[in-house]
Amino acid sequence: MHTSQTSHAVTDLVKKEAPPAHRGNWKRMLVLDAMLLPAVILTLIFAYIPMGGLVIAFQDFKPWLGFARSEWVGLEHFQYLFSTPEYVQVIWNTLIIAAMKIIAGLVAPFTFALLLNEVRLSPFKRSVQTMVYLPHFLSWVILGGILLDMLSSDGLVNQALGAVFGIDPIFFLGDGNWFRLVVVVSDVWKEFGFGAIVFLAALSGINPSLYEAAEVDGASRWQQTLAITIPAMIPITIVVGTLSLGNVLNAGFDQIFNLYNALVMDKGDIIDTFVYRVGIVDGKFGFSTAVGLFKSMVGFVLIVAAYRLAYKLANYRIF
Amino acid sequence: MYYKSKPYKLFSCFNYTFLLALSMLCVIPLVHILAVSFSGKAPANANLVGLWPVQFTFDAYDKTLANENFLRALWVAVQRTIWGTGLSMLIVLLAAYPLSKENRQFKRRNVYTWFFVFTMLFHGGLIPFYMLIQELNMMNTIWVLILPGAVSVWNMILLLNFFRGVPKELEEAAFIDGAGHLRTLFHIYLPVSLPALATLSLFAMVGHWNSWFDGLIFMTDHKNYPLATFLQTIIVQQDFSKVTVRPEDLVNISQRTVKAAQIFIGMAPILLVYPFLQRFFVKGIVLGAVKE
Repeated sequence: MHTSQTSHAVTDLVKKEAPPAHRGNWKRMLVLDAMLLPAVILTLIFAYIPMGGLVIAFQDFKPWLGFARSEWVGLEHFQYLFSTPEYVQVIWNTLIIAAMKIIAGLVAPFTFALLLNEVRLSPFKRSVQTMVYLPHFLSWVILGGILLDMLSSDGLVNQALGAVFGIDPIFFLGDGNWFRLVVVVSDVWKEFGFGAIVFLAALSGINPSLYEAAEVDGASRWQQTLAITIPAMIPITIVVGTLSLGNVLNAGFDQIFNLYNALVMDKGDIIDTFVYRVGIVDGKFGFSTAVGLFKSMVGFVLIVAAYRLAYKLANYRIF
Repeated sequence: MYYKSKPYKLFSCFNYTFLLALSMLCVIPLVHILAVSFSGKAPANANLVGLWPVQFTFDAYDKTLANENFLRALWVAVQRTIWGTGLSMLIVLLAAYPLSKENRQFKRRNVYTWFFVFTMLFHGGLIPFYMLIQELNMMNTIWVLILPGAVSVWNMILLLNFFRGVPKELEEAAFIDGAGHLRTLFHIYLPVSLPALATLSLFAMVGHWNSWFDGLIFMTDHKNYPLATFLQTIIVQQDFSKVTVRPEDLVNISQRTVKAAQIFIGMAPILLVYPFLQRFFVKGIVLGAVKE
């Protein structure tokens, strides 16, 4: 950090002494523009043009009439969304599942990192890390396939439960309440290891002399954890926690889409799966775009708020 | 020392056991699938396979690899992964360089940065995107799997942060020797950031390999499905109408051991690159998350 600052200072000095050749600079900047061109074009086409397409959220869009001649309906789609109980239920499902995931997704990696930090046998520590990071890299298609197999009424899990507790098979993916639990638990299972990486990084940054001093003062390990370890993890926990607020309407499309079925629709259907079914399967473009826009707007406000909050609370910036 | 105290030793015992159980929990499902895929048809269907194959056989793999639909999907997946990763890395590399410059060197930098970052914050959503792809006549082409995801803003930010850590003296020396921006990027920045690029490429590869939803909605002809989409229809939707024609294939494809074999082949490339990934991603994550 210091060396680069001094080097900036040096270059600043050099620049001040010798006035820049304006013409050369101007040409050089054009090269920089040209390097950005492919990314700019692709972003314009695939990210900004669809934003323009959001106008159909306010139209009774008919593909054969196009944007120009489809009838404008104002906020009708939004009124329809919020006045239909089944649709409001979809928003609630999204919020409930996402909120449970955010909390569990913060607590589990935090605890896991704390426990792993107590392991002093480094080959053991490395093997544990290798195994728990793995599920993060597998897709929900693969994991969904595995879960469908293992959670079926005669699958591995029900067999084990039957053998240990002697209970009847549970329909994990056929009952709405169990379904939500499965969604949250399997999400934690997939991500807790990977999510722990930032916490482990924070732990490895703690100055060992703090522990040595505590040791001299006769503090037990539990007291050291309360007085040194946990306070040191608070800033990164605030960052991770606030940033995950941006996901309050992201209940995880890939996961739900690969696990849900007609039996759990009332408690497991979320905004993203709903938009897919109503829009792409049923072809109600106007209405489903409105639902998507509602989600994007809420997401936008939350992400911006979360980043500002993370900056205020923990001085975090992404670039 | 605290770790010599009795309560701590007791805790350690519990802790090691617990962590071992957690790690097992993460790999047991994968081992189970592997065991099923190598088992005989009868024990697999009767759910007698635990973590070790029963009546060991390669039968499921023979059937899977004889299925031309599966092989075609595999080929689409390989193509999209190679082309998609290559193109994306080139575009991200070219874009991260100018954005890593100081405002003084490149005045429009902030405008560009916000232009890209805004797309991370706000989306047009699924339906307008779907209509655009239809409008561009990109349905059923490999381009729809490659182009829309090519500009990864997140990778761009990681790489530009990495570029900022490259000593300025290197670049200044190159400029004084008369090198332009392109030459500086490819002869100075590229060689020193190879580890970072390798990490991002591996992540991009995993992303492409796992990606299934774009194939599902943009490929109306199942012959264009990448492997992940193919697996999604076979294993999750259990919809065999789209991907098979011959009745004898239908029997094979719905067989439990064959499904397991397909799942395993679907994740095999990821297991193969995983050791390399693991070496890098810890650094990569920390690079993006914890900054001074």
